[in-house]
Amino acid sequence: MWELNSSQMLMLESVRRMSREVIAPAAARIDREGVFRTDMADMLFEVGLLQIFLPPAYGGLEQDRCLMFCLCIEEVARACASTALNLIIQTAGLFPLVEAGSREQQEKFFPRLSEGRELIGYMVTEPEAGSDVAALRSRARSVEGGYVLDGTKNFVSNGGVCSLASVLCRTDDGGLSFFVLEMETEGVVRGKAEDKLGFRGSNTQQVFLEEVFLPSHCLVGEEGKGFEIAMRDFDATRPGVAALALGIAEAAADAALRYAVERRTFNKRLVDHQAIRFMVADAWTSIEAGRGLIWRAARDNDRGRKNTKLASMAKCFCSDTAVRVASDAVQILGGYGYCKDYPVERHYRDAKLTQIFEGANQIQRIVIGREILKEEGRSGR
Amino acid sequence: MIPLNDEQEMVLNTVRDVVRDRIAPRAAEIDSKDEFPWDIVEVYAQNGLLAPLLPEQYGGIGAEYLLFAMIIEEISKASPSAALILIAQADGFLPIHSRGSDILKETYLPRLASGSLSAFAATEPGAGSDILSMKTRAVPNGDHYVLDGRKCFITNGSIADVITVFAYTNPARKAKGMSAFVVEKGSAGLAYGKNEDKMGMRGSVNSELIFEALAVPVQNRVGEEGEGFANMMETLDGSRLFAASQAVGLAQGAVDEAVGYARERVQFGGPIASLQAIQFMVADMVAYTEAARMLTYRAARLLDEGKKRQITRFCAMAKFVASDTAMKVTTDAVQVLGGYGYMKDFPVERMMRDAKLIQLYTGTNQIMRLVAGRDIFRGD
Ligand SMILES: Cc1cc2nc3c(=O)[nH]c(=O)nc-3n(C[C@H](O)[C@H](O)[C@H](O)COP(=O)(O)OP(=O)(O)OC[C@H]3O[C@@H](n4cnc5c(N)ncnc54)[C@H](O)[C@@H]3O)c2cc1C
Ligand SMILES: Cc1cc2nc3c(=O)[nH]c(=O)nc-3n(C[C@H](O)[C@H](O)[C@H](O)COP(=O)(O)OP(=O)(O)OC[C@H]3O[C@@H](n4cnc5c(N)ncnc54)[C@H](O)[C@@H]3O)c2cc1C
Repeated sequence: MWELNSSQMLMLESVRRMSREVIAPAAARIDREGVFRTDMADMLFEVGLLQIFLPPAYGGLEQDRCLMFCLCIEEVARACASTALNLIIQTAGLFPLVEAGSREQQEKFFPRLSEGRELIGYMVTEPEAGSDVAALRSRARSVEGGYVLDGTKNFVSNGGVCSLASVLCRTDDGGLSFFVLEMETEGVVRGKAEDKLGFRGSNTQQVFLEEVFLPSHCLVGEEGKGFEIAMRDFDATRPGVAALALGIAEAAADAALRYAVERRTFNKRLVDHQAIRFMVADAWTSIEAGRGLIWRAARDNDRGRKNTKLASMAKCFCSDTAVRVASDAVQILGGYGYCKDYPVERHYRDAKLTQIFEGANQIQRIVIGREILKEEGRSGR
Repeated sequence: MIPLNDEQEMVLNTVRDVVRDRIAPRAAEIDSKDEFPWDIVEVYAQNGLLAPLLPEQYGGIGAEYLLFAMIIEEISKASPSAALILIAQADGFLPIHSRGSDILKETYLPRLASGSLSAFAATEPGAGSDILSMKTRAVPNGDHYVLDGRKCFITNGSIADVITVFAYTNPARKAKGMSAFVVEKGSAGLAYGKNEDKMGMRGSVNSELIFEALAVPVQNRVGEEGEGFANMMETLDGSRLFAASQAVGLAQGAVDEAVGYARERVQFGGPIASLQAIQFMVADMVAYTEAARMLTYRAARLLDEGKKRQITRFCAMAKFVASDTAMKVTTDAVQVLGGYGYMKDFPVERMMRDAKLIQLYTGTNQIMRLVAGRDIFRGD
């Protein structure tokens, strides 16, 4: 269960090197400047990280795609969480096409998403529909030859920089349906970029859909199947969010440990004070436990087994871990931890997002509870 | 809950007005611009809030610790960074007030009540928690001392007119060889390093101070030689109370935001306030904030009553309980607001950034537990 083959090891090793040598040195600046870095996204395309979930013919992985997706995210997140988020958004965005896209759609868009290096957004959340996805109001009215989309999408990651998006709207049947959207289409209006606590190098933007006409062939899968696709999308990407959180936790824990073996108070290394030693022990324990959950959630996804419960467990546990470990890391660095000369305050700000997005942790617990009850043959509603 | 007399009520009402009209509207801007709010210093000066703890003879109002704690709490509901100005001010003048000579008090205290700023300079790059490992030296030379060393993180540091500096006069004697000095802005030999770029408490100035052969007149020594450490510890008791009050106010501010939002936000066909997960989270937030407030007021009372034996333990406990509470409450407030909580359009992410400092400064929460733990096992 815990083995990787040699080509997988090789891939990870190269991702690790790139993260350490190229991404990590840029991370503080990416955070400070708070602008999306196209060069970083290009580099992720270059090494194939944004294509992992595409079919192998388009640069995707033959096997273990969810596991490798997670392990790569973790490595990049250790260097820069904002950069790592691209893997998740790109995968969430292209997933409906991979799962439910027609042959024509796949032949049209997959080349653009691989050699074409186009970014694809994932537009589900709305002002009135966050946790409650089923409440979404954006409409896709059937008209002659296609659909007309209307609505407001919130918090669209890469919303200002993507050229494509998977957008979820309510169709006339009352159900939810995915559409593939060219962002240049008339009526697609990008709002302002959000100013955030963390993930400052990630672009988050509102997108307005104002009478956007889409030809019929832009519908992805069948009408009314959007919600199901979105849930399967979560099964694949939530382990990735867990890995994002794990990478942040590891980065914070590493920085704290490096500091704690150097800094001395009261004639001891910090790490020789029990209060600090125990924080280190707790951090490493949670990180290992989180890694175990991610591997299981990802392995099951790769083997086509239902992984909803494990995916939510991994997401919830790893993000809670990230917030605690990063907070402790700031604490271990004392006054220095609070200042921007050291990376831990950034890890702390970044960590908080992982408890909120891709389903807030309250929603993860609802899902976990429901799945447990289902497994027990009880009603989970 | 705690009975106040008319005068205390009046002061607090003034503070509430000032917070509503002048501080709350500026809080987000102070944070985003990271600019020291001189306008608020002026408001403090105009309303007699710069040094309420000082007796009237020096321009204060002779406020009890409890009242000052409540003032800090009120301000911190809107802006803990604005409150930090007053905390650093008190940290700076308390050592002078408690052990300074009459001349020293008459020279400096009235200025500090009327508009000048002060700072408390103890921490050094190599001496934070382990403050006795400080390197700054003050060597006597005729009618003055020669001060050499380097301080860091000093709140109000580069803008303070009056800095209370702790230095060794006799390093061999450790705690008994430390002394405090009043250093004025503009003294030859005082240089400023960088101001820190911080995660939170933005707007507050935290500076490196560099002393190079700085001559301090003997009369600017606070109390006797060797009294510095005791003076520092006494001051820190108060300072920990103030930090606790700052944390209680901050937690309350976050509670108010979260409760207001949860009432309005509708998901799954009803306000999220009707969900058990949210209700329990908010119940904890409110309960812990109230508990922290009570412990903080208790510590304030002990200071006012001069209950020496208990002050240190209770100030330390109040500080770590209140700041851990503020950290948890502000983090949960962000959670209650969901994606909106993560955005700068709402104040809770700022509150979360601000909260972290209170677990760190004026004695980290590990040191607070160490102080309380030792005291508990020493027995009563
Ligand atoms: C930086 C960032 C990037 C994002 N990127 C994207 C993106 O690319 N695409 C996209 O579609 N969305 C994106 N999102 C949106 C994100 O997924 C939502 O913010 C998230 O789902 C929560 O929704 P909300 O913010 O509306 O919170 P709400 O749903 O309003 O929740 C508020 C609080 O109530 C709790 N709550 C809600 N319902 C329940 C319940 N039934 N039981 C118990 N508690 C409950 C929540 O857990 C939360 O604590 C992003 C968000 C952020 C902040
Ligand atoms: C914004 C800000 C404002 C400040 N304002 C002032 C000011 O006005 N005046 C001033 O003098 N100082 C000020 N400080 C300094 C502050 O008080 C110190 O940062 C604090 O005392 C911790 O010291 P340190 O940063 O050197 O951490 P360290 O002492 O290096 O501690 C690092 C970590 O080790 C832990 N630790 C240390 N010793 C032990 C032990 N024995 N057992 C268990 N754990 C231990 C600490 O809890 C911490 O988690 C300020 C700091 C900041 C960040």
